[in-house]
Order: sequence, then C-alpha cells, then structure tokens
Amino acid sequence: MRQHWTRGALFVSSLFVLQACTTPEPPKKAAAPAPAPQAAAAAPAGAPTAEIEKYRAMIADGNPSDLYEMAGEELWKKAMGPKNATLEKCDLGLGPGVVKGVYAVLPKYFKDTNKVQDLESRIVTCMERLQGFDAKEIIAGNFGQGKRKDVEAIVAYVVANSKGSTINVSVKHPKEKEMYELGKKSFFYQAGPMDFSCASCHADPGKRIRLQDLPDLTQQKGAALGWGAWPAYRVSSGTFWTMQYRLNDCYRQQRFPEPIYISDDTIAVSMYMAVTANGGKMAAPGLKR
Amino acid sequence: MKNKYLITAATLLALPMGSAFADAKFDKMMKDSFQTKGIASIDRLKQDAAQKYCSDPAVLAGKGNPKQAESIQKANMASIKQPADGKYIGDWKAGERVAQSGRGATWSDKADAVNGGGCYNCHQINKAELSYGNIGPSLWNYGKLRGYSKEVVTYTWNRIYNSKAYNVCSNMPRFGHFNLLTEKQMQDVMALLLDPNSPVNQ
Repeated sequence: MRQHWTRGALFVSSLFVLQACTTPEPPKKAAAPAPAPQAAAAAPAGAPTAEIEKYRAMIADGNPSDLYEMAGEELWKKAMGPKNATLEKCDLGLGPGVVKGVYAVLPKYFKDTNKVQDLESRIVTCMERLQGFDAKEIIAGNFGQGKRKDVEAIVAYVVANSKGSTINVSVKHPKEKEMYELGKKSFFYQAGPMDFSCASCHADPGKRIRLQDLPDLTQQKGAALGWGAWPAYRVSSGTFWTMQYRLNDCYRQQRFPEPIYISDDTIAVSMYMAVTANGGKMAAPGLKR
Repeated sequence: MKNKYLITAATLLALPMGSAFADAKFDKMMKDSFQTKGIASIDRLKQDAAQKYCSDPAVLAGKGNPKQAESIQKANMASIKQPADGKYIGDWKAGERVAQSGRGATWSDKADAVNGGGCYNCHQINKAELSYGNIGPSLWNYGKLRGYSKEVVTYTWNRIYNSKAYNVCSNMPRFGHFNLLTEKQMQDVMALLLDPNSPVNQ
C-alpha cells in the first residue's frame, strides 16, 4: 500500500495510525499536516501540557465526532416518531431548516415557546412538536441512551455546521437579557460541601487543576476558548459530549445535586458563557482529553 | 422640585423591590433545575453565610463589607474543633495518599466511601509530583519555611479544618467543617506538611 503514498502522506503517516482501522486507503491527495492548536506553541517543549497538545494535534485529523455528525445528519433527514416526520422544518433560530451557522447564535429567545433555549432544548422541542416524541422521556433519560443519544448526534451535526462562525448571541430581547443575568448569578453561586461555584475554577486567568488548564470564563478570551470548543469528543471517556453533558459533569465535580437535562439553569449558564464569548470563533466539535 | 423628589423616591423604592423579585426568580430557577442524585441531595443548594457572601462577584473583586467578612470568619473560627486526642501530626505517607486522591462527595460516590483531600488539584506539595494545580499557593517546604512552632501547627490545623476562618472567600474546601476528611486524615495531611521527615520538608 505504501507505494501509493505521496511524500507528504509519508511525512504525516504517523498522524493516521489511529485511523488505520477505519481508513483502508490513505488519501492520495495527502492532506497537509493538521495545524497544531495555538496552545501548542505556548507550552514549553517536553512539558506534560506540551505532550497533551502533541497528542491532540496527532488525532485532530481524525476527530471521532465525525461519526456522530454523520449519524446526526441522517437522523435530521429521516422521518421518525409518532408523526412520522423529519426535523427538516425545525427552526433552530435562523429559520426553518437552517443549520448553517446557527450554533453561533444560540442560546436565543424563541417566540413559539416563549423561552430562551439552547441547541439541545430546541432540538427536543422540535422532536416533540414535529415528530411527536415525548420530551419528558428524553429529559428523564440518560446521556448516550435512548432518544437522548439521537439528540446528541443531531447536536454534533448542527454544531459542525457552525465551525468558523463568529459567536454572536443576542441579549436584545428582555428574556435573553434576563437569562444572561440569571446565568451570571448562577455562575457565581457557591454551595455544597466544598463551597464551589463555577467561578471557583473559571474566574481567573492562567489557572490549572492538576495539569488541566481552566479557561477564565468571565472574560471574552477565555469564554471564546471554552464555549467555542464545546461540544467535543472526549478521548478519556470515548464519547461525544454535548454542552449539557459537560455542564452535568461540572456540577458533579462541584458536588452539587444533579442539574436536570435542559433545565433553565443549564441554559442560563450557557447563555452567560456564550454572551461573554461573543466575537470569538466556534471551533466545535472539539477534541478533549 | 417636588416631582424630582418623587421620582428619586420611586427609584429608591423600585431598586430593592426589583432585586428581591430577581432573587425570587433565581431561587425558583435553582429549585426547578436540580434534583437529588445519590448522596448529592437538593439540600446542598442551601447556602450558609459564607457561601452567600462569597457568591457576589463584587465581593470576590474585593468590594465586600469588611465587617460582614470579619463576623463570618469569626463564626467559622469558633466552630473549629481541635483534635480529640490532642495529636496534630500523623503519618506523612498516609497524608500523601489523602493529598493524591480527589475522590468523594459527588453523586457518583457512595456515602461510606473514603474521601480524598484532592490537595494536588490546587497545590504544589511534593516536588516529586509533577501533576499539580495552581489555584492555591505552593506548599513545597511548608514546615521548613515556616518552622514547627505551636502557632504554625495550630494555624495549619485550623486552615485545613476551616479555611474560611482566616479568609472568608478562600477557595479551599472546609475539610473538617463539612466532615470531608476524618480527624485521622487531617492529622496525616498535617504530617505531610509539618513532619520534618516528610519529603515536603527535605
């Protein structure tokens, strides 16, 4: 097989090692090596964080989120549910059926539900209204299971279509402004046996837990990095994590009770992060440790 | 003039009412958004005085009321219990294990599980450990730098037991106050920091 490889492909051959089982033939037009994430330059060579960045760059060309995206696109276009309908008329915020760039303007206010919604709560609304699924069942379910698993794949599909878009979340509607304020308050809300709030770890630049960098989500730069990189594929758990999943695990580590799926608090905190990130670029689906 | 006065009075009245309304909305949102799971009960959302005070971004930015801060610190100081057996220094090797483990108190932990201190999440302690966080100050050479006096020993015990006795908005969990660590575990962590034979003080 090797003789078919161009010099460039040979050069990046190591990048394909992890893909070998799903890529029977290396692409003839050898892709240039994936650009290393910006942070790679910041960490001194040989430092453990630099090693993690190297690992990220190595697998960035084969983000397993691709598989979720493909499944999500199929689910979006497939007639399903008691009403045997597709999601192609679902309005995620830029008009019925518009997927391109929509994640960069979410969460936002929706007139038909009279609520500020994030991507996941909006997809659930569409599954309920267009397809006739029971939203309560999805809310009571678990990540990676049942209909929620479908929501996650659809999230991957929608989010991938906003890659490179500028984050531009509105606070013009009074309910959007209110959700932002509630989210900010929640972000700083300390409780539980460890006295943690989101701000305990994410309100100062340059902080780490162990070797894990913590973006300062109260500033535009950190919020753009943090919000802009999620949802993401988690290498450590081998699964695709939506923002709701990410928040659920943050609250678990905060020693809080469990946030209910697509509850107002999760949407409010998302709103606070997204608005703070305004002007940044969507880079999701990301790839995380 | 009279109109101006009326407007001012109306504004003054409206402000606290507006914020009380916002508080009620926030409280309802929190109540409706969380559920008990495993040992992490919904009651954990209730705040004590320190948590309430330190949830205000203005306070965190250094604009809090110093008198209020002082009175909360005093109350936290008064609740600290000194070790029942009078021993402050345990086994540094066991203390290192407590410092390494970040487990405990989440909804995926069992009630009878042994908690860790998670010290390395935020502190540099033993130079041999490269994976340490930087939310808290470095504790490398803790005893060597501060000495082993009674004052240092008591201060260290109190800090581990209830860090908010000294700094109301300290990011450090109150390990004794909330029974996150047992007395023995705290004695062992004390040894890690204050036993002259601990690698921390070499």
